[in-house]
Parts: sequence; structure tokens; C-alpha cells
Amino acid sequence: MSENQEETEGEVIQENAGEVVQEKKVICVICPNSCEITVKQMPDGTLLMEGQGCKRGEQYASDEFLAPKRTLATTVRIHDAFIPLLPVRTSVPVSKEKLNEILDLLARIEVTAPITCGDVIVENVLGLEANVIATRTLGVDTCTKIACELPA
Amino acid sequence: MKQVETDIAILGGGPAGLAAAVEANTAGCRVLIIERDDQLGGILQQCIHPGFGLHEFKEELAGPEYAQRYIDMLEQTSIEVMKGTMVLDMTPKKEIYAINEDGVVKVAAKAIVLSMGCRERTRGAIKIPGFRPTGVYTAGTAQRFVNIEGFMPGTRFVILGSGDIGMIMARRLTWEGAKVDAVVEILPYPSGLVRNKVQCLDDYGIPLYLSHTVVRVHGKDRVTGITIAKVDEKWKPIPGTEIFFNCDTLLLSVGLIPENEASKKAGVKLGRTNGPEVNQFLQTNVDGIFACGNVLQVHDLVDNVAIEAKKAGRMAAISVLEYKLPNITAPDAVAVVPGEGVGYVLPTKVNLDVPEELASETGPVKVSLRVKQPVEEVDLVARSGETVIYKKYLKHARPSEMIIFEVDFAKFQDLQIETPIEVLLISREAKDE
Amino acid sequence: MTQYDFVIIGAGVTGTAIARELSKYKGSVAVLEKLSDIACETTKANSGIVHAGYDAPTGSMKAEMNVKANPMFDQVCEDLFIPFKRIGSLVVALAGQGTDYLEELYNNGVERGIPLEIVSDLDDIKKLEPNISGETEAVLHAPTAGVISPFQLAIGMAENAAINGVEFFFNAPVQGVESMGGFFIVDTPGHAIQTKYVINAAGLYADEIARLAGDDTFKITPRKGEYVLLDKQADLVHKVLFPVPTKVSKGILVSPTVDGNVFLGPNARDQDSKIDNSTTLSGLDEVMDGGRKLVPSIPLIDSITNFAGLRAISDTNDFIIGESKIVKGMFHAAGIQSPGLSSCLAIAEEVVNNIRDSGIDLQLKEHFNPTREKPIIFASMPWSERDALIKKDNKFGHIVCRCETVTEGELIQAIHRPIGAKTVDGIKFRTRVGMGRCQGGFCTPRVIKILARELGIDEDDIVKREPGTRYFYGETKDFRAVTTKKEGLE
Repeated sequence: MSENQEETEGEVIQENAGEVVQEKKVICVICPNSCEITVKQMPDGTLLMEGQGCKRGEQYASDEFLAPKRTLATTVRIHDAFIPLLPVRTSVPVSKEKLNEILDLLARIEVTAPITCGDVIVENVLGLEANVIATRTLGVDTCTKIACELPA
Repeated sequence: MKQVETDIAILGGGPAGLAAAVEANTAGCRVLIIERDDQLGGILQQCIHPGFGLHEFKEELAGPEYAQRYIDMLEQTSIEVMKGTMVLDMTPKKEIYAINEDGVVKVAAKAIVLSMGCRERTRGAIKIPGFRPTGVYTAGTAQRFVNIEGFMPGTRFVILGSGDIGMIMARRLTWEGAKVDAVVEILPYPSGLVRNKVQCLDDYGIPLYLSHTVVRVHGKDRVTGITIAKVDEKWKPIPGTEIFFNCDTLLLSVGLIPENEASKKAGVKLGRTNGPEVNQFLQTNVDGIFACGNVLQVHDLVDNVAIEAKKAGRMAAISVLEYKLPNITAPDAVAVVPGEGVGYVLPTKVNLDVPEELASETGPVKVSLRVKQPVEEVDLVARSGETVIYKKYLKHARPSEMIIFEVDFAKFQDLQIETPIEVLLISREAKDE
Repeated sequence: MTQYDFVIIGAGVTGTAIARELSKYKGSVAVLEKLSDIACETTKANSGIVHAGYDAPTGSMKAEMNVKANPMFDQVCEDLFIPFKRIGSLVVALAGQGTDYLEELYNNGVERGIPLEIVSDLDDIKKLEPNISGETEAVLHAPTAGVISPFQLAIGMAENAAINGVEFFFNAPVQGVESMGGFFIVDTPGHAIQTKYVINAAGLYADEIARLAGDDTFKITPRKGEYVLLDKQADLVHKVLFPVPTKVSKGILVSPTVDGNVFLGPNARDQDSKIDNSTTLSGLDEVMDGGRKLVPSIPLIDSITNFAGLRAISDTNDFIIGESKIVKGMFHAAGIQSPGLSSCLAIAEEVVNNIRDSGIDLQLKEHFNPTREKPIIFASMPWSERDALIKKDNKFGHIVCRCETVTEGELIQAIHRPIGAKTVDGIKFRTRVGMGRCQGGFCTPRVIKILARELGIDEDDIVKREPGTRYFYGETKDFRAVTTKKEGLE
């Protein structure tokens, strides 16, 4: 790795009981300040933070440490529209660990026009309490939800 | 030849054109959007990632979703749209010549809003030596293939340029199953938003090589590899620092250039941004021709595009329904110039001789700029000679984030027209006080 | 058909000129081209200049052919609708370079009947070329020099030859040329072609083709020339500008192209490889420095692309035109370096003379069609004509290339004409799509779609030029499904 590479997140340090169990550096993305927050987890589960600039940053760093989430945006195949792909996204951020599974599922899905922007393409995807919704209207005459077909 | 008349012709139906159109129509003008693609929405239709409309709609929408909001708005208006129609010529008299599959269309407009967006800088413009195989794409073209046409442009990628488009594509390609070996940036800092660096590169372990550039493209027919090397302060490659990647595709994210070919035909003068010179009313040197969005200056937040476009639409409407607006070529216009640390600043000039009702309608003068390089702890100052008309402390400023501020029009009143207004950065450390 | 009277090897500007010339006579003609289209190598990447003819050494074939061909271009270009502009050229002597060289060229010109003048007053020089370097001491002005599109010339002549019966074969590299006494067997992969006579116009590979037949009397050395191309310039340069040359090349020029772009180049570097047409950092620097000497105000920021071409330099440093002394019935048109493009029309006639001189009976056809269907060029049509055209065929109402104003109708035309485009470059060189400031960023997706549709093949199979120049690796969703199956979920 070149010395010019930016530092990536995450160094896990095991220390003895009573001291820091796990430590992670998080770059906050809530506002342009981009505070570098160091999050330390204690044996009793509490989190100590250094470097945050505000409460929102604290919340973000805590989420990033315990359960990082991301909004996934991709496409699914669509028939009978003037283009072959429909853009979609998760309605809310979902667990970062689950992104690949969702992507694989969506790579195998096909829908048919007309689709209205906002239509639910996959409800409660992988039980994560997030829907996958269409982010574009393609070939719509009436606003009806279309069930998608999942190949076996 | 079809002849069409309208009050305001809007060139380009992307986010800028749509917002300007809605505003101008709401103000009471006949509006015609001329869009070359078969669908409205412009570049947003291929930007399927969220991050649009946070300020405007209080939601983080995907590009097409944001566009859909405006497209749906059109239904409540009397705005006319000509899709699949390409403007080929334009005169200073605001006559537009365009073609579509019905033939040639001549549009006579009382005012024009330029909102054609921009194009990408190419390999040839930055002189990467080597063979000329397939597999070298600008990031936007690759994005179109992946998100709209439905084809993978490659399997293994190196991306030159750490602008937002490049970083977004790094993640997009990874999500579609490809491998991204590296993002390469000639500057010593990433040129896009920090959030994208974190969520597009760090999340996927994609290394970012700062102060590096591509020195050779390998492969005669199709890219077989890319060699990068470190550069010195003069951006010259340092021998011995070469690194080879066995990839099949090079993506270029090396800058956007406002697309002003049509503007030039109408006699519109271009300025430092490669976009038209404008005054505080977003009017160009040609009466009744206004500019907004990426064709004027490359934006990083679509919400700012909408604000700028609505203003242009409103100004165009005033010029049609009420009175002619001040022109930047008039002797009452004072120049606004970038000073120390500032790459460019708009408006190009501020007209001082402004009718009372226009001044109260438009309120403060809006100034937008980008700094030349990342700085910390500076004062952003606008001054005419010794007279300071604006000052604000900035904890940090980056070229990738446009800075916008407002100055009460009253502050301009007593300024000397011959003295340009300088917008500059003054380092806090350098000050003695 | 696998039996011909004449087989021409090479479909560059030399081969296509000969094809056209031969198609005026009775007899069957085939052109075998190694690569996928007309003019894929040397012809595609050169300066596009029709030289006045004073430059080549007295007594050389280069001089003779150039002088003869220069006046022939007007008629041929008119017949075939090939863009050609006689803008004139200046050889520029800067301060300290002296004017001996200009005078030498001037004398050549006088001897050869070429109109020339030496201009020594800087004001007068600036009237000819306002942005020329202030260091200019004198110029040699040749009003009969011109600029042309080398590809349009080659494709124009090829189409015309095809209309008159010549057959063209692409992706047909010649692997054997065997003289069987009264005829030749020419081998390409999977096909043997019988022909009475062979014409060797194989450019960089002319020596290898000759050697296949048993003639090893000459050698071709590739000489690389790199170019920088600028966006269209309204008023930068008006004439072809030559520096005072070196022994090895005419030096780094600055010239308008027939389409309104400006280029700088070429440099001149000999090499062994006949394949390496890559550009180099040092080469591009050399070209830019050289260009700036002639026109200091060159806006290099307007550079839109750069490329390199390989010239075919024979070891005699002259054209090698004539029947092979070793292999009877094989006629060479080899070593066609500058002024090769300028000479092609005369070279074609010379080859035909060589054939006649060899005792072969050539009879003119009763009906030779000297022209071809005029290509529609939307960009240069007046508005009323454009309207009528679109109403007749609405495909002319879709713009595919916004930088060069090229319509879908023109693409379809380029695909379905004789020797139609089958690749993205085939479209590019016939219609100018992709040659503009965005260098294909906007148009490439549209070109691929239209090509696939018109040729009835998958978009995935469209290539830029040669079979290996693929664009895509499958459809997006298939790709994810396949790659994640391979690597397993993370």
C-alpha cells in the first residue's frame, strides 16, 4: 500500500479487561467539517468518543461503530419500457453487511412497465424493514403497483 | 419549416431547465422547454444514487426521483415541451433553429434561459500517452452504459480522478460485481466530497493514490493494463515510482466543461468558468439571454442548481412581462474578480444602476465561488479597494464545495465603478490583529 | 469467386487508388485487406496534405509522382465528392535559419513548373498568415498545396472501384504469394485465391509480401509520427505551415485540416515494430514544442486528441513502383511515404503503365462510372434543405453526434453504402461521428445501438475496429450474477 493512501477505517485493538475492548476511527459525513471521531468501546458496552464536533456527529459515529448502515441504489431489469433498466433504492438505510445479499437478489429480479416512481419493488427486503422502491417512472399510464417476479 | 413563438425558451430539460421553466411559467409566461433527449431529467436520469434534494425536499432522493418531482410538476403548468429536439443555431435576436424528427423548427423567443449542462473532459485533453484501445471511458459515459443501456463497460477498473463522479462509479461498479483496483488523483488531496471517499472507496477497500497520475495505457485493441506513477509539484511523473495494474478499463473523471457551443452562436461571451459572463440577474451580455446550472458554473449540489435556475426563470419572466434588465456591458457595471486563493467568482459583474422595484424584488446580490485549493481558518473577504463589503470566517474551504454568500445591494451603492470588487481569502494566521 | 485477373494487396490510399484506376479497364479485380476496413493503418494517421511538389529530390519517383498528381485532385474530388481545399502552404524560415533552403526549394519548383514565391517582408507574411511567429524571416509560399481527408479520399475511391466491379475483402491477411508460372496463388486464412497478377500496395508490410513471393530486394522500416489535434479553430492558421526540415522528416507542421481542426505534428522516430502506434510523452512534448515555434499562440488547451501514424520508409528512401525484377507479374507500389498521399492518383496511373509495359493487354471498359452517390452531409446543408430531408426521412431529424452535427440518417447511409461501415471506427471515419471535442463521450452509446440494429447483431458484439476492440462484457445484471457466483458472497 502506498504511503499516499488515505487511512481507511477500523483498527481492532484487544486490550485487557477494564480497558478499551475495541476502537475505531470514523470520519463523520454529516456536515463539511468531516470530524475525525475516535470511538472506543468499554467492556461494559459503553462508547467513549473523541473528536466529535456536535451531537449529530456523536450519533453518526455511534451508528457507524455499532451497526453501520447504507442506502443501497442500483437497477433492476424492466420489460416493456424504452430502456432495459429501472433504477431503485432502499427506502431507508440498511445494514452495510447485507448489501451484497440484496444486490444478488436484485440482480435476479425482473419487473414490467408501467412502473411509477415510489412503487415498492421488494417489500421488507430480507426482513430488514426497508423496501426497495422504484426511483423513476417508466412507461406509466395509470399509477398501479406491479408485482415483481422472482425467478426460482 | 415549423415556426414557433413563445415567451421564454429554455434550452435543456435537466434540473436547471425544469426549475427555471416552472418558475417562469408560475410568473405568468409562456414557456417552451427544448430537450434533445427523448425524456426530461438530463444527467440526473443516470445518477441513480441518493444525495439529491436534501435541502429542497428534505429527503435524500436518487437523481431520477428528483427529476421526477419536477417532471410531475409540469402537469400542473402550461409549460410546453419539445423532446428529441436539438438546438443547432441561435441568433442574438433570440431566434433558435432546432431539428427533430418532424423537421426543422424555428423558435422565436422573447427571452432564453441557457441550461444545457456540461460535457466531460477527455483523454485527449489531458494527453495520456500510449495505445488507443477500447476500454478508456469518461466516467459519465460508463455510468450511462451501466445504468441506462445495461452493459458492463469492463470487468476490472482503474479510475483517474477522485471527483465525485469517479468515486460514485467506483462504488457502482463494485456493486455490479466488477473490481476497482485503484482511484488515482494527481492532486495531493481528493477532489470530491469526503462522504464519497468514505462510502465509495474506504467502505470497499479501494485504495486512493494521491499525487499520482496515469503514465501509460497498455493494450493495442482493448486495455490490458494501466501504469501509474507519482508526480512532483510540477505534476511531472517521477521515474521509479511506477505501479502497474492488470485491469481492462480506465475511467476518466477529470473535469466537466460547460457546454456553450449554442451560446457562442448567439454572441454570448464566456468567462472564467467556461460559462457565460453574467450579472447578478444571471443575464448574459445579450439582452434577454440568461444562464443557470452547469452551463454557467459546474455545481456539486443540485439544490443550488434549482435555486439558481429559479432565479434565472424569474428574471427571464420579468424581462418579458415588465422591463428590460440591466446589462453587464453597460457602463454602470462593476467587475467582480477572483483574488488570492479564489479560482473563480460569479457574477462576472454587478450592475449598480438598478430600478428600485427590481432591487427590492431580487434582494441581496448572490455571489458564488470556488477556492483554488483546500484551506483552513481563512477570512473570505469581498472588497472594493479598501472598502470591505463582506467578510466571513471559514473554518475550512475546499474546491469541491461551492461557496455561496449574499451581500445587501445597498453595500454596492457607493462603490467606484472603475474599481473591481475583489473576492479573496485572507489567512487568519497571517493577520496581525 | 476465387479467380481474378488482378489482386491488389492493401486497401490504403495507394491500393484504393490503384483499384479505381484498374476498374476503368476490363478484367476482374479483388482487393485483399488485412484489417477490418479501408485505410486502417498509414492512410488513417497522417497529415492529410496534398503537397505542391517542390520538395522531393530531383529525379526521384516521389518528385515525379507528386508533381503529376497534384493537379489531378480537383477533378477526382469533384467526381467523388471528397472534401479538398487548396489553401496553400508556407515553408517558414525563422531567424537564424537562413533562406538557402527556401531558395533550393524555389528552384526545384521553377524547374518543375510549380507556382511559388518567396516572401521576405514580415508584414506581407502576416497578411498570408497573421498568427505566424514574429521570428519569421522569410517564407516560401506554394498556392497549389492543399488539405484533404485521407480517409474520405480512400473510401471515396474504394466505393467507386466497388461500383465499377472491384471486390473488397477485409480481415484477409495475405499469408502466402506463390508464383505458379502463369498465375499466382494468394493465401489468406481459409481461402486460396487464384490471380493472374499481383499488385503489392501493402504499406508497412510491402517488403514481407514481396518476400513471400520470392522478392527480397527491398526493406520497409516503420517511422512513427505523432500528432496533436486541436478543436476547430476559426482563425488560428490558414495555410499549411512547414518548418525548415531536417534530413529525416519535413519537420513538425502546423496545419488546418479540411474540416477546420488544426493539428501539430508529426515528429519522426524510426522503430522496428510495425504494430506500435502508441503515443509517447516525449513525442507529444516534441510535437507541441515544434508547433509553438511556428505559431506561438497555439491554444494547446483546445487539444482534443493525439495519435501516431507509421510511415513505410523503403531502404531506397523513394517510392518503389514497377514490376518486380524477381517475380514476373508482381507489381510493386511500395515505400509510399510522404508525398505518398499527394501522389496516389499518379501512382495508380503509373502502376497501370507498368502493367501495360509488361506486355499485358489492358482494354478500357465501355462504361466506367467515374462518380458515386453523393454522401449526405447534414452539417453543411442549408436549413430549407434540412427540413425537406427530415420530412422525407425522419432519421435525419435525430442528431447522433452533437459536436459535429451528424444525424442518424447519415449513419444508416454509411452502413448501407458499398463497403459500408461495420464498426464504430467505420462510422467515425465515414461520418465524422466521434471526432469532435467530446471524442465520442456523447455519441458512442448511440452509434453502438444503431450499428447493432442495422447490422442485426448484438450490441455486445460491436467493436471499435479490429475483432479484439470490444466495448462490453455482457449485460449488467448477468455480470453481477456471474461474478458473484464465482467469487462467493463476501
